[in-house]
Amino acid sequence: MSTINRYAQQISAHVLSNKRVGQYHQILISVGEVVKHCRPGNFIAISVGGENSGMVLRRAFALSRVSDRGEFGGTLELIVAPHGSGSRWLCSQTEGAVLDVITPLGDAFGIPTEPVNTLLIGGGYGSAPLFGLAEVLKARGCRVDMILGASSSPKIYAPLEGKRSVNSLKIYTEDASSGIHGRVTDSLEEIIENDSIDVIYSCGPMAMLAAISSIAQSAGVVHQCAVEESMACGIGVCMTCVLPIRQEDGSIAMLRSCIDGPVMDGSVVEWDRVGKVNEVAE
Amino acid sequence: MTLDFSTTLGPAWFPAPIFTASGCASSGKELAQFFPLKSIGAIVTKSIMVKARPGRPTPRMAETPSGMLNSIGLQGPGIDSFIANDIPWLVEQGARIIVSIAGETVDEYATLARRLRSVPGISALEVNISCPNVENRGMVFACDPVSSRAVIDGVRRTLGGDLPIIAKLSPDVTDIVSIAREVVDAGADGVALINTLLGMVINTETMRPHLGGKTGGLSGPAIRPVAVRAIYQVHQALPKIPILGMGGVRNGRDAFEMILAGASGVSVGTATFGNPKAAIEIQSELKALVSAKGFTSLKSAVGFAHREIDSESAKESM
Repeated sequence: MSTINRYAQQISAHVLSNKRVGQYHQILISVGEVVKHCRPGNFIAISVGGENSGMVLRRAFALSRVSDRGEFGGTLELIVAPHGSGSRWLCSQTEGAVLDVITPLGDAFGIPTEPVNTLLIGGGYGSAPLFGLAEVLKARGCRVDMILGASSSPKIYAPLEGKRSVNSLKIYTEDASSGIHGRVTDSLEEIIENDSIDVIYSCGPMAMLAAISSIAQSAGVVHQCAVEESMACGIGVCMTCVLPIRQEDGSIAMLRSCIDGPVMDGSVVEWDRVGKVNEVAE
Repeated sequence: MTLDFSTTLGPAWFPAPIFTASGCASSGKELAQFFPLKSIGAIVTKSIMVKARPGRPTPRMAETPSGMLNSIGLQGPGIDSFIANDIPWLVEQGARIIVSIAGETVDEYATLARRLRSVPGISALEVNISCPNVENRGMVFACDPVSSRAVIDGVRRTLGGDLPIIAKLSPDVTDIVSIAREVVDAGADGVALINTLLGMVINTETMRPHLGGKTGGLSGPAIRPVAVRAIYQVHQALPKIPILGMGGVRNGRDAFEMILAGASGVSVGTATFGNPKAAIEIQSELKALVSAKGFTSLKSAVGFAHREIDSESAKESM
């Protein structure tokens, strides 16, 4: 069993900007020195609602982009969908607001040591951490293709500046409101084959990650996915965010996605067992 | 004026009265990144069972107004791994340790007591009796005076006289005082009040219970008045029995409220999920509050809410 990200710190972060991008908010916060240890895949847990809030739990967000340059020093960009009361509160915070945050949490996407062909797949605002990842992969000399999918066009998160860091971008919508009509997995086998993909990185809803895992496994391609499981604490003490993970000895362990994830090897996640009673103990 | 901030739970002494709550600190490793574990009263570890358990299916939690439901199902590594790995690590940190144990039968609790009685570094056992008794149609031990008594009796006999036993009681009972009397009579040195309240959330989109385990334990500030009431009632009935108070404490004021109701120590649970430094911050807030009220010792504030108004002038002499 692994341990909490050793660089995780609880700090005060200032909101530098809060912009609406389609259905989402792009929030930039200053975090200072801790940014040096933030990697694509890591996440941040933010206290919401203020001191007397009835919302007792933090909200977790993937780090979208990490920067240690610029006039504000270390900054993190987060993409937030104002869906629930906590995320709506966060989206209402304006420049100068101070947030209580813990970061970096969780593990990071593994970066290949060789320049290989990579495919980044995002569902909805699950594309957020993929743009920061694309920059890192490009710097490593990798080819970076990206495919994004959502139910409808406004739910695609694909900022202009992000598009520059990829070699190609395909968009899929289930209602045909933009890009190709369908899902990201529809032509995945052909894309893997035609573009000689070596590694797939993905982030989005569990059903999408499960479908990609199955295709990646048949094609013999490495699949690193960032999972989204609801968490109470984000730091490994509450045991709510567990996923069934197959161990080398064949047993299934219920591992915490906040500590052993959020980035996991898609081929060892027992997707069919998620949400089911597990017979095998850790 | 210096404040004696130490406390005791039966024969166990602690330099400070703030503890983690079982199930809200795992075995301490993660929280150690946010504060030194030895700086609070003790770490109360997540309830351990004889065998490893995978726990309940996800979703395992739901946030509720000023609280949350959890349905973990006592996922854990089992007693062997716990004794081999978790205890030595906590001892190394200089932390004081209260081990929480849980079982499905009276014998299982006794087995755990037998395994733990000679392990060095443990200050006390907290016996979590809010588990279904598989030998009694799955009825929760803590909801039945006879089963509650049987568990504590078995643990006491197995342990012998040395290690203090704190029985953790459920508020989901008609009369918590009568359960407290039974466990004390069976040999508990103190009681922990309160465990979570059983609750449910139904997802109105899927129109089904939200939690994988359907029901879950309600914790957080929403339950604090229930905890204060339980502590007050039990302290009134059994003034000599130490109480470890818990239930929705999120600042020094809340902890002080439990001390005044009759708690000798206070566990911080759900607040840790929102703020990993909650325990240490609450401890310093409590210290300042107890001093500001003119007490020279934490112990002299325990149960103060029960005293007649005219006795207040006498607190200086305590």
